[in-house]
Amino acid sequence: MSEFLHDAKLDWLFGGVLFLLVILSIIGNSKKGPRRAEGSRGTIANLNDWVPAWWKMCAIFTLAVLLGRIGALVLFGIISFLAMREYMTLVPTHRGDHRTLFWSFFVIMPLQYYLIGMQWYLLFATMIPVLACVYIPPSIAIAGDTEQFLERASKIQFGIMVCVYSLSHVPALLQLKIPGFHGHDARLLLYLGIVDQMNNVLQFVWDKLIGKTKIAWRVSPSKTWEGAFAGVVCATAIGTALWWVTPFTPFQSAGMSLMICILGFNGNLVMSAVKRDIGIKDFGVVVEGRGGILDRIDSLCFAAPIFFHLVRYYFNFVV
Amino acid sequence: MSNHIHPIASLLAAVGRGISGVQVQWAGCEPDERQRIYFANHTSHLDFVVLWSALPSEIRAKTRPIAAKDYWEATAVRRYLAQNVFHAVFLERGSPAKSKTPDEPHFAGRHLIDEMAAALGTEHSLILFPEGTRGTGEKVGPFRSGLYHLAERRPDVELVPAYLENLNRILPKGEFLPVPMLSLLTFGKPLRIAPEEDKDVFLERARDAVSSLRRIGSS
Repeated sequence: MSEFLHDAKLDWLFGGVLFLLVILSIIGNSKKGPRRAEGSRGTIANLNDWVPAWWKMCAIFTLAVLLGRIGALVLFGIISFLAMREYMTLVPTHRGDHRTLFWSFFVIMPLQYYLIGMQWYLLFATMIPVLACVYIPPSIAIAGDTEQFLERASKIQFGIMVCVYSLSHVPALLQLKIPGFHGHDARLLLYLGIVDQMNNVLQFVWDKLIGKTKIAWRVSPSKTWEGAFAGVVCATAIGTALWWVTPFTPFQSAGMSLMICILGFNGNLVMSAVKRDIGIKDFGVVVEGRGGILDRIDSLCFAAPIFFHLVRYYFNFVV
Repeated sequence: MSNHIHPIASLLAAVGRGISGVQVQWAGCEPDERQRIYFANHTSHLDFVVLWSALPSEIRAKTRPIAAKDYWEATAVRRYLAQNVFHAVFLERGSPAKSKTPDEPHFAGRHLIDEMAAALGTEHSLILFPEGTRGTGEKVGPFRSGLYHLAERRPDVELVPAYLENLNRILPKGEFLPVPMLSLLTFGKPLRIAPEEDKDVFLERARDAVSSLRRIGSS
């Protein structure tokens, strides 16, 4: 059973999240009229798209906390698997990539989570970046297909970096040994998740309300500088206000939140560009009902490794 | 031939569905217990299992695959799988050139049509891959004439086209280990053979019916 139960601050944080979700669900349901055309839907109607996903994420985080360290690793391993499955399905790969892909799915991915589980920091922090360079290109080359060789190697490298390497730093937070914070690591996980999601939704809302100057309309037509700025400021404020669940001082918490928000924004932008490149709007579009995981975790994937390393560098004093 | 589903068949169907993450769409018809011939493009060993597993279990119990005798009788494991597990109908596949020529009354493939018609009987359905061999997945290859002759023989049986997408990337020809990408299976509108329809015209129409069901990269 989990080490993380009986943590009053975690209960408060969790209670707060659930309370917010219930309120949002009630508001959402009361405003649910007949579905209008895409363009004429209001901000609240659009928020209705977020709430079910938040319930699911909340359930996943709850499960991760209840299952403890190993359970969380398995859970995030499954999410990595589903995300990479979605990515590789939509990114064109060749016949010659088959064995490399097999190894990526069934050897590299489980190994990464295993290394985190055995707390071999040096290896889990370096294995995939190094393998991406010294293993993936030669294993594609050995299949003998030179057509678009560099593109194919890069696509696989990028997929495994985002879906496996980056995401695996979320459960790795539970392995940190922060003095005076032992047994409370689950709060860091939740903190990261809350700031990240608040950042996403607040940017979205501010884009709708005050957005004027488009950032890169080709990549993401709705993103504006005003919305991004206001969203980051608000989400950072929320993160700062949550300092009491973290080992940070309010000032440090503000810095961490700001970093999570900016990286989350980068993640959104990059994955939007990837989607444009492939020629789809959402990762969930082509494979309805099964997809959309990457759409939800793109910002988290970019924020998680840096957040992990900052926390480890500044707060994790046990070698 | 019993209508009992072999436990290994159910197991393989579950594994096949899991690996292929298949999303099934009945675009042109609904699942139905009436006699049908499901015909689809062929790119992977997973094709049959995935298509079969997409059918409701009462229909699955009465649906048999057509298997190439030379391949599926080659080893004991293959034979056991085809014969005992999936109750396959074994057929000798002639060369495509051979099956293109004959319209004379006693052409070489006649007994194959007899066997398939016998396998249909009064309650069974068949799964057929009219290309006769696994392709690369880029294009649907030319159909062999068996589908036409069978349709002529049994005009009462519905011909349901189906398109299996992405399975060539999950388990391509010549590979043993699968990569678990997602796949799509689309069932189209049933075809009927028109009176006096020319064989080549019908086969081309059937092939179009299959390839028009493609969802990724078609629009």
